[in-house]
Amino acid sequence: MGLLDIFKKNNKSADPHASNDRGIMVFENTSEVIRAENVLKHNGWRVRVMGPPPEIRTGCDLVIEIPLIEHLNIHRLLAEAGVSPLKTVPVSGPLLEPVNIFFTHDFGDFLMVRAANMKITIEKKSLLIVNISGGGCPDVPYLARKMVGRKLGDAPSPRSIGHTLCGYALDMAYEEIKKQCLQ
Amino acid sequence: MLAVVGTVPDDDFPIVDGIVSVNKDSLLIGNHEIDINRGTAALLASAFMACRFFGKPGPTAFLVGDTGRGFGSRKLYEYLVETLPERHYISLAFHYIQPDVDWHNKVLFAIDEMEARPLLIADAGFMYAAKMSGQANAYDVFTPDIGELAFLADESAPHPFYTRGFILHENQQAGQLIERAYAHHNAARYLLVKGEKDIVANKSGILDTITGPVIPAMEAIGGTGDIITGLLAGIISAGYNIQPACSMASRISRMAGKSADPHPATQVAEIIQKIPDCMELLIKQQPAGCTCDY
Repeated sequence: MGLLDIFKKNNKSADPHASNDRGIMVFENTSEVIRAENVLKHNGWRVRVMGPPPEIRTGCDLVIEIPLIEHLNIHRLLAEAGVSPLKTVPVSGPLLEPVNIFFTHDFGDFLMVRAANMKITIEKKSLLIVNISGGGCPDVPYLARKMVGRKLGDAPSPRSIGHTLCGYALDMAYEEIKKQCLQ
Repeated sequence: MLAVVGTVPDDDFPIVDGIVSVNKDSLLIGNHEIDINRGTAALLASAFMACRFFGKPGPTAFLVGDTGRGFGSRKLYEYLVETLPERHYISLAFHYIQPDVDWHNKVLFAIDEMEARPLLIADAGFMYAAKMSGQANAYDVFTPDIGELAFLADESAPHPFYTRGFILHENQQAGQLIERAYAHHNAARYLLVKGEKDIVANKSGILDTITGPVIPAMEAIGGTGDIITGLLAGIISAGYNIQPACSMASRISRMAGKSADPHPATQVAEIIQKIPDCMELLIKQQPAGCTCDY
């Protein structure tokens, strides 16, 4: 292991939130954020998706919070994956955190999990996704069409085919209900 | 006359502007046939049922295909900006669309150019954009569910995804959230909050709470909220005051739910089919004298 490898590994495991030298990567749309997050996490980077600061909000936004000092490494990796950010800007104030509270409703034969404004319901016995409700972004009906009637674990994940914050929230509910039913 | 703005989950669906009708489980507009089981199509089908019940023409729909990338939504926003100033509607309901504050504001400017301002109802993505733009009070009715009410109550959240935990917590009472939403000017003139109990409110507080019939499975069924908003839009366009229209929409939706005897796997089209009979039943119970207040 060379010196460079040691440096990279140490920095990968560093918590970006512990530092004041934080930056955010801004992307064209939420789908690109999700793709970039997948690339970075797959390569071992500990990054977080967050809400953008008010001055750059447009509507349905996510950004990726990174340690600024690693900007070039991260940018290079994303460029290789074909998902370059529009820009990277430093941040000093607090960013909005995604919702992290789940509500579970047990209907007996059915189980529903809600994350933020999104709900997913399965039939316990068959593990079939029977309904998706809530939300207001246009990928919600699309996700419902693709997921309802499919088995939990076999259905495409909202992370892979969704494009918006509602899709992202549904992905959190989907992961939570998988955790409750498949583990 | 009512117009409804929204999307369908098909990127190839062009901008369509026309009067809708319903045939069994399908919404018909021009030569297009759309499944009414979710989204704006469920809202439109419910609104159509209400309009037909009152002998009014079916709602006009402004639709476009969008699966979440926002391309279709932006085309539709642009189309509305060009088209709305020349149109005449009693009410205008906005639904699933990619939230975009800049385009939202342009649409509001276009509405200002209309000869007579319609009553404005916002739900789903358009309600998110309306709140985030700081112009919630330009609207006559918002129809959030309880999670979305928490978002309206959180003055710093630009989307329900960012609603802070202390506000989102289930122990928060709807009344407190409503008060907070109005205190920060993030609510429309009326709120119809959809949930286990449906609540009609304005800035003075809760005006009506509809608690029955209780159908717990409705919470899990995608599109049940769209039914309420569609009924509300249809009833308002028939000339009812907003407050009784909210209460009626809630009650009809619950009665239709009960009539369909649903479980959490029921699809919303089964409930929509029950609307005409339930309207008949409920309207017969209404006192005479409901008039317009707009």
